Amino acid sequence: MSIFWISLLVTSALVFIIRFAGYLVPEKYLTNPTALRINTLIPIALLSALVAVQSFTDKASIIIDQRMAGLGVAVIALLLKAPFPIVVIGAAATSAAIFHLG
Amino acid sequence: MNRATATQSLSVSLTVGAYGLAFGAASVAAGFSVLQSCLISLLTFSGASQFALVGVIGAGGSVVSAVTTASLLGIRNMLYGLRLAPVIKAKGVKKILAAQVTIDESTGVALSQERLGQREMRQGFWLTGVGVYLFWNLFTLVGALSAQAMGNPAAWGLDAAVPAAFLGLLWPRMQNNRDRTLAVCAALLALLLTPYVAAGVPIISTAVLAVLFGLRGRR
Repeated sequence: MSIFWISLLVTSALVFIIRFAGYLVPEKYLTNPTALRINTLIPIALLSALVAVQSFTDKASIIIDQRMAGLGVAVIALLLKAPFPIVVIGAAATSAAIFHLG
Repeated sequence: MNRATATQSLSVSLTVGAYGLAFGAASVAAGFSVLQSCLISLLTFSGASQFALVGVIGAGGSVVSAVTTASLLGIRNMLYGLRLAPVIKAKGVKKILAAQVTIDESTGVALSQERLGQREMRQGFWLTGVGVYLFWNLFTLVGALSAQAMGNPAAWGLDAAVPAAFLGLLWPRMQNNRDRTLAVCAALLALLLTPYVAAGVPIISTAVLAVLFGLRGRR
């Protein structure tokens, strides 16, 4: 089996087990304020790391290319409270334009 | 059926469906087939976890890093389940279905009906959960087929669309300066580690930062 199949099946199984556990565990557990705070912070750290790695790396090197301009447009769109499709399309169009010019 | 609840559920479902388009495209650009991309949306059905899975694999990361990152992002669904279980009161197969459609949006709509009563909370949960499920999967297929027809992802700007999609998921979560500081530190740590460790590891490592920030308490 390829890494694609294995990663897709294992992720799906684990994500389901984790969310199903919420329906089985009595609510009195997992109400520790520190644990709840960490739980809201983990997505912020991971998503931010993903943005950085997907924008500025290629294999194991740090590079700056057309994606940075795309990301810049996404930031501006988000600051202007643009809806999600505009954010993504704006980033894609900018990056594609620079790719073809370059 | 409460009309306001139904309208809110439908509009949330349609909006989120658009993220499905971005996911389908990102997944194919990362090397997954159209069938595999659709299966991820059908089986995993959790936006941030799915994007993380294809993001890490697409960057050349190992199965372990991809699965760990995706699972860490799925933990919040468990907390949603904890909160919703006494309201949804599902049994047997229905409990399994309820768990599968427990996501940010169905939880958000259910909790925002709290003033109207438990019946409206259940309605909001099921309408939004099932609605998002349908649109998310439909748009994943469209996005995956489009990306497959495109060829080189960079020529269409897909290489920038993926981080922009992550940023769109991250943005509303940053509520205060501590959140923004954490986001900047996590981005820097991930970039600093990239040349030295296996792909995917820089991303998981930033969970440690989240724990440190969380232990320091509210500021």
